[in-house]
Amino acid sequence: MATTLQPPQTDLEQESRPHDGNGSGGGFRGLLPSRGDLRAVADPRGEPTRTGIWVALSAIAMTFAALTSALYVREGAATDWHHIQLPNILWFNTSALIASSIALELARHRVSGYMRGLELSRSKAALWLNATLLLGGVFVVGQYLAWLKLRSQGLYLPTNPNSSFFYVLTGVHAVHVLGGLGGLIRVMFKFHSTRHPLRRSTMDATSYFWHFMGALWMYLLFILWLKL
Amino acid sequence: MSEAAVHAHQAPTSFIRKHVFSLDHKVIGIQYYGLALVAVVTGMVLSWIMRIHLVWPNSPIPGVQWLSKIGAPGGVVTPEYYLSLMTMHGTLMVFFVLTNAPFAAFGNYFLPIQIGAEDMAFPRFNMMSFWTTFVAFCILVSAFFVGDGPPLSGWTAYAPLSAVGADSGPGEGVGQTLWGLSIFVFCIASLLGSLNFIATTLDLRTKGMTLARMPICTWAWFITSCISLLAFAVLMPACLLLVLDRVAGTSFFIPSGLNVSDHLQPHQGGSPLLWQHLFWFFGHPEVYIAILPAMGIVSHILIVNMRKPLLSHKVVVYCMMAIGFLSYMVWGHHMFLSGMNPFSAMVFSFPTLMITIPATIMTLIWLGSLYGSKLRINAASLFCLGFISMFVSGGVSGFFLAQPSIDIYLHATYFVVGHFHMVMGVAAIFGVFAGTYFWFPKMTGRMMNETLGRLHFWFTFIGTYCIFMPFHYLGLAGNVRRYSAFTDDFLVPLVPVHKFITYAALFTGAVQMIFIFNLIYSRFKGAKAEANPWECTSLEWSTPSSPPPFDNFGGQHPVVYHDPYQYGVKGSKGDYVMQTSPEKVAQAT
Repeated sequence: MATTLQPPQTDLEQESRPHDGNGSGGGFRGLLPSRGDLRAVADPRGEPTRTGIWVALSAIAMTFAALTSALYVREGAATDWHHIQLPNILWFNTSALIASSIALELARHRVSGYMRGLELSRSKAALWLNATLLLGGVFVVGQYLAWLKLRSQGLYLPTNPNSSFFYVLTGVHAVHVLGGLGGLIRVMFKFHSTRHPLRRSTMDATSYFWHFMGALWMYLLFILWLKL
Repeated sequence: MSEAAVHAHQAPTSFIRKHVFSLDHKVIGIQYYGLALVAVVTGMVLSWIMRIHLVWPNSPIPGVQWLSKIGAPGGVVTPEYYLSLMTMHGTLMVFFVLTNAPFAAFGNYFLPIQIGAEDMAFPRFNMMSFWTTFVAFCILVSAFFVGDGPPLSGWTAYAPLSAVGADSGPGEGVGQTLWGLSIFVFCIASLLGSLNFIATTLDLRTKGMTLARMPICTWAWFITSCISLLAFAVLMPACLLLVLDRVAGTSFFIPSGLNVSDHLQPHQGGSPLLWQHLFWFFGHPEVYIAILPAMGIVSHILIVNMRKPLLSHKVVVYCMMAIGFLSYMVWGHHMFLSGMNPFSAMVFSFPTLMITIPATIMTLIWLGSLYGSKLRINAASLFCLGFISMFVSGGVSGFFLAQPSIDIYLHATYFVVGHFHMVMGVAAIFGVFAGTYFWFPKMTGRMMNETLGRLHFWFTFIGTYCIFMPFHYLGLAGNVRRYSAFTDDFLVPLVPVHKFITYAALFTGAVQMIFIFNLIYSRFKGAKAEANPWECTSLEWSTPSSPPPFDNFGGQHPVVYHDPYQYGVKGSKGDYVMQTSPEKVAQAT
């Protein structure tokens, strides 16, 4: 669907923007495919979203910093620190998560190409988005299987502090990954929608979150391997 | 700097969308204020029951038996229930009043307007933030009505008392778990709110509104939101670990071999000190979350009423940043007597003393700016002066507590209770009162009654000094805090002081009814306010109406030409120059 682009407004003193249903369509705000080069189009809501995601990631980092310090202090105070063998499936899960980040970057490229009118079909972008979602799902399922493996060894949440931290750290991370999956589903919905088109900032923010989850998992895996 | 905000959502039409699940930051601000009002009245009533019990421990207090038949049989409060009341008083006041009112309520209402935005960056998150806070409040209050009542471990919920479970006392079963869940949910709400404040301040400032041109209160809300983001992100996992200890049998905080109520606890190897570290790493920034917005509000209102800027606007902002930064380095001063390595006490004492420097600079700037000014006296400016008085009086006792050697004696005495009540319980609340009297005309289009406002101030000012100054004396005399009765030989002579304090507390509490009456009466019958009754320069006073329209500026996007403190400027046409006035003045920045 073609959209008439208007040049970005520079005189902002006396202006009344058109109201729209959900704050995402109208004028140049929705990055709908067209023959024009949308890279020049302003995305007025873009910056808060990008700022917001970095702020959110700072808070999440702080949460895991707190859990890490809890782990160190608890280990220091413990006479019951029993090292556990990390389930091997964790390495497979890690690969899946890394692969999902790669798939997401490829998806971003494709989405950008489609939005800029360089590609006519959404299918390749959708394929990579689906791949990201699938690999993310594989990761979450794999984490659950890791939990089952620990349970089969008699290591439950309260068994010892090592198992407690394992379940807590992986569990809290998995909850955030589920949130990331929700964000990806939202991106896919918007990508296919004409009423609520996908904004670049939404795509970027979701990507940053997802990649952060990957980097965070690498850090957690290292800590788990080192300490537990 | 970004472009002006684009209108993010349409004006609501239904009642539910307008007044209940509203995306409008102004409505959300008022919702937070209302929630804080309910919480403060609840917390105040609890404090009355506590004060009456302390002085007349064996006398029935009418009505309390309906609150808890087990905790207050026949209206006589048991020692355990006294601790439960204390816990809920502290939790309600610190979280639902002091974090909500100065920061979430006024910040939500005025931050977007003061920067020229139409709304917050994420209106849906904003709405979610308030309703999540409301859910947290409901979970907390439900602790009164379940099982054997609310928890008794204090708002600090020290482990292992708070972690062991029902064995450690009445209220430590379901009540404490509900407390942990409530605070966990509150953390989520606070994080969403802080995210919104930061993104809005950084990205939605209107044309010409540089960071340097933001009012001091906007800076205060922004800095507070930065502190809040990192602090609540630590409390959240702490509460998670606490709840897991309680319900899942883990041993994060519960040590081995603990025998509670003749039950050997099955937990092993946990560290009660870990809870204190996690809690106070949040807890100290939290008290600055409580006071910084009030500092910003007071600075703003004082400037307007002095009709001249502060000695240095920039230094005040830098001092607030310094306070925010240093607040993360001092948490151990709550733990001088916890059994930590005594040398660590020096590590925490030093930044604690350093943090007094920016606070003192700010106080001296207020005082120096007031000197020689012709301060307009009204209820708002009186509460600002009262804030300075309370902040100094309460803050000075902090110098003493910052010394580990003195803290050995004063820790867990009424000296500490006096200190934090004066700075948080009174000074921060005075900031809220000042903001209420100042911004009421903008929020409602009507003025609050000035006579009632001044009466409210003087009675409250005198009353709170009568309540909290004697606390310092009691502490020095060795009066331990969190005791439900004073029966020890060395405490009995202090009971008359407690009686005086109780009378003062009841009197001061009753005086607050003047404020509540004034608030409600003026909302409907107050004198109509002019567009800019205080002749203030900041952007909220250039909205086309009071209260402002849905999108704050009636479809226009303000352009800012000046900083917010152009008062008494040479060469200006009037006494002040609005931020949006294109008038050129010599000292414009």
